[in-house]
Order: sequence, then C-alpha cells, then structure tokens
Amino acid sequence: MRRRMVIGLGNPSCGDDGAGRACVAALAGRLPAEVELIESDGEPAALLALLARAREAWLIDACRSGAQAGTVRRFDVTGHPLPALAVPHSTHGLGLNEALELARALGMLPERCLVYAIEGCSYRTGASLSQPVRAAIAVVAERIVRASAR
Amino acid sequence: MPSRTIRVDQLTRLEGEGAVKLVVRDGRVHSAELRIFEPPRFFEALLRGRSYSEAPDITARICGICPVAYQMSAVHAMENALGIEVSGPLRDLRRLLYCGEWIESHALHITMLHAPDFLGYDSGIDMARDHADAVRRGLTLKQAGNEIIALLGGREIHPVTVCVGGFYRVPRKRELTALVGRLQWARAAALETVHWAAGFEFPACDRDYTFVALRHPAEYPFNEGRIVSSDGLDICAAEFEAHIDETQVKRSTALHAQLRAAGPYLTGPMARYSLNFERLSPIAQEAALSAGLGRRCTNPFRSIVVRAVEVLHACDEALRIIARYEEPDEPACAIEPRAGMGIAATEAPRGLLYHRYRLDAGGTILEARIVPPTAQNQAAIEEDLRRFSGEFLTQPPQRLRQRCEQLVRNHDPCISCATHFLRLQLTGP
Repeated sequence: MRRRMVIGLGNPSCGDDGAGRACVAALAGRLPAEVELIESDGEPAALLALLARAREAWLIDACRSGAQAGTVRRFDVTGHPLPALAVPHSTHGLGLNEALELARALGMLPERCLVYAIEGCSYRTGASLSQPVRAAIAVVAERIVRASAR
Repeated sequence: MPSRTIRVDQLTRLEGEGAVKLVVRDGRVHSAELRIFEPPRFFEALLRGRSYSEAPDITARICGICPVAYQMSAVHAMENALGIEVSGPLRDLRRLLYCGEWIESHALHITMLHAPDFLGYDSGIDMARDHADAVRRGLTLKQAGNEIIALLGGREIHPVTVCVGGFYRVPRKRELTALVGRLQWARAAALETVHWAAGFEFPACDRDYTFVALRHPAEYPFNEGRIVSSDGLDICAAEFEAHIDETQVKRSTALHAQLRAAGPYLTGPMARYSLNFERLSPIAQEAALSAGLGRRCTNPFRSIVVRAVEVLHACDEALRIIARYEEPDEPACAIEPRAGMGIAATEAPRGLLYHRYRLDAGGTILEARIVPPTAQNQAAIEEDLRRFSGEFLTQPPQRLRQRCEQLVRNHDPCISCATHFLRLQLTGP
C-alpha cells in the first residue's frame, strides 16, 4: 500500500542545507502514526524509490533564490513542475527538480506531492543552522502537523 | 581561407563544467579543443600535513559519483607505504564495494546521460516519457549499486567505513545475503540493458586507440593489477611516473597525460574491456559477443554497450563475492605508521586512478599526487573530436553540437575529478 511520508532533504554538515532534515527531526512524535518521517541526502535514484511508494508526500528542502533568509515557500508539484528557485544543482545536474520530473514522467509521483522550500543564508561546511532558518523550520513543522491531521 | 568556429558553450549531462571549440577550415576540422576551465581544487596540497588515515575520507570528497575509487586508490597506496597487504574477506569486500560503484555510476551514465543521445532526446527526463520501462530499469539498477555502497560504506554517497587496513565496520553475512535477491534481479536487468544498448545506431567511427588499463592474472580489474597497454606496456603502479608525463595546457585546468613512448592514450571501460575480455565473467563475455561487440571495442559510440557489459559483470561478481563471504575476525589489520612512499592504481568507473603519497615516520602526509582518469583521457577525447566531428559538419548546427557533445560524453568524463565541464565553440564557415 502506498504510504504518506515527510521527506527532509539536505546535508546537515553544510549549515542551512540541513533545514529539511532538521524539520523532519522536529516532527518526531507529532504526526499520525502512519506518516513516515524520512531523512534523505537527496540522491535522485533513492529519492525516486521513496516517491514511488508514497501516495502523499511532503518534501522539505533548503533553497537559495535571493529572498530573505527564513522565507518559506510552499509548492504543490502534483500537477506542475517546481519553479526554478536557484536550488544548487546536484551531481550530474540531477537534483530535486529532476527527481520530481522523472517521477512524473515515469508515473511514480505521489497522488499529492508538496514541496516546502526554506530560504537559507549560510551553507558553509560545519556551520549550524542560521537563526532565521531555525524559525522557519518551526513554521513548516507546524504547517505539516496541521496538514497531516486532515 | 574560409573558416568557421563552432561553439558548445554549455556541455550538458556531464559532471563538472567545460566547453568544446572546433575550428573548421575548407570544410575540414582543423583543430578541436576540450576546454576545462573549472578552478583547480588543490586536493594534493590539502592532503599535506594530514594523517595517512585521513586520506580515504579526504580524497573521497573529490567526487560524488566515484568516491569509492578515490578511497580504494588511497588505501592501497597507504598500505603500500606501510607494508600491509589486505587479503581474504576484507579484500573481497573492497571488490564488492567497487562493484556497487561501477553499477551505480555506469547505470546512471547509460540511462540518463548517454542513451538520450542515441534516442534523440535532450534529457533523460524527456526520454523517460517515451521509454519509461528502460529508465525505470536503469534507475533501479543504479539503486542496486547504491544499496551495496550503503550497506558496506554506511551511506550511498561518500562512504564512511573504509579505512587503511580494511574497514571500520564489516557487514554480517546475513546483511549481505539480504542483497542477493536484488542483485539477481540486477544481473537480469543488466543483461537486458546490454541488448537494449546494442540495438542503438552507431556511427562507423573506429580508431586505433592506445588503451591503458590494469590487468590482473585472474580477475577483471578493480583494485589490483599491472598497468598494461595495447602497445605492449607492462609495468607496476610504481613505474607509472616513469612512463607517463603530465603537462599543463592553457585550455585546461586539468593536467594532460601522455605515454612517453606512445603519446595520448585512453583509459576507462573500452580500455579495460579490450585488454581484459577473457577475465570477464562468462555471462558478461557471452552477452558482449551476442551484442556484437567482439573482444575489442574501438568505436567510442559503442562504449555505452561496454559499460552495460561491465554492469553485468559487476552484478555477477557481487553475487559471487557474497556467496563465498565469511565474516573476518577483525574488520581491519593493525597499522604501525612508518616513513615511506606508497603508490597504487585502481580502476574507477571512468578509468585508471593513480595515487602516490610520501609519509613521515609518524604517518603524516608530506607529499601527494593524484592522477584521475578524465585528466588522462583529455587528449584522446580531443583526438576523437578532431577525427570524427568532420562526419557531422553537414548536419544542422543543433545536431552538430549534439554530436560533438556526444563525442565527449562517450567517455563519461568527470571534470569535477579532473579539477570539473561543458561549453562547444566551433570556428569555421
């Protein structure tokens, strides 16, 4: 049976890039039991495999678009691609957007798929999360708690 | 003299950033340049002053696609310096880890980066809409490779369990056995991939390459072997620098390598395959021959089939290693630092990867030298562009650019490793 899942993406060793995974950690114990909490480094084949077994997915990732740090954007990608947000490209140019569009092309996209993008400001190796991003994580976590209860 | 310049300013579906410039005069390709303009990454300098034990983790960071290759060349070189030989199950586990990397790296390149060239798509995503089964198969294959790396290495990218002398943690037999079902599926999927790729249309572009690869007495090479060439070179890794020179050229931030005796050469799947065909597993040999490859492959466009054969071999070899695995008493050999020089070469998915380190008595790295496969292949790729792009000059500009990119992608360059890729500039009418 396809599941409901929250997938936090990023690298916790690179400052605000760890926002998605920190949000998943903040959601522990706060969601209905059937909602899986997953941390992922965003490797596209692995992410695709996750999406293939989800019927509803919330994905959380950091982004770098030039907006004010801590800005939260919510995108419903069920029917439309993720807009270009200057998310840094991953290895071989396969990042979150490519994984989502591959899932769509292959008929593996969940019936409902939402992306929360948190604007970061510091991606330095070894840095901790910036204060605006910490605040944004709490906001996103709260929104997902409410949405998943529906 | 009528001339024109053709530029590809952003070569895509490659790792890293670079460009191609072709100069055409009187309807012939006058010159071809593979330009690599990423800033140097200074890993060799960064290693100086660090402990021998840190080299596998530092060098793994050179690449997100082939970190295992860097770890393997680093540990073998360090063990060479420290007088250690790793054997038995630990040696087998290293080969298994390498199988995982070849499977995931090749499956990604075959399916998402190279196949769209043959099937007429701009990207793997566009191709997926019409060839969903093939893309699903390729990505699931990649995932099988990832699973090997995640189990042995602790995570899929930049594994963390590899150390000089062995591993920080080795898997239980039952953990490896749990991979068998997935790998049996992967072996069958790899066989289908060989025949799928063999069905593509290949331009008649053969070349008498000087191939360079490792050769082991009994194994298709991953971690060990002598460095041999199609011109009769047969040396140990310690002799690499006596036979191969690296020089700087203005158009590239990655050093160009050539054999002192034979000039530019090619390393990678075509070289490995052509120099080691009889060491492939029987199922891989049979698949290659039935796919029409022959025992040597000299057409760079057919490298996609060779990669598929190597994926098949890696799946089969992984199953063999798992079947005979016995848990070792210790996850690693004891290490006693000492002064010395250590040298090793292993076979990264893209080709021969050479490491040399000099250590002081406490095991601190005094000097490091790393020669990645893409740096070695730059001159051969330029020669491919010079020889073969002329076949496509009458094609519309967009198609010509795509063919030039394909001539580069045939060799799956990793510019991030070589320094990082890709812009085509074509000069002429």
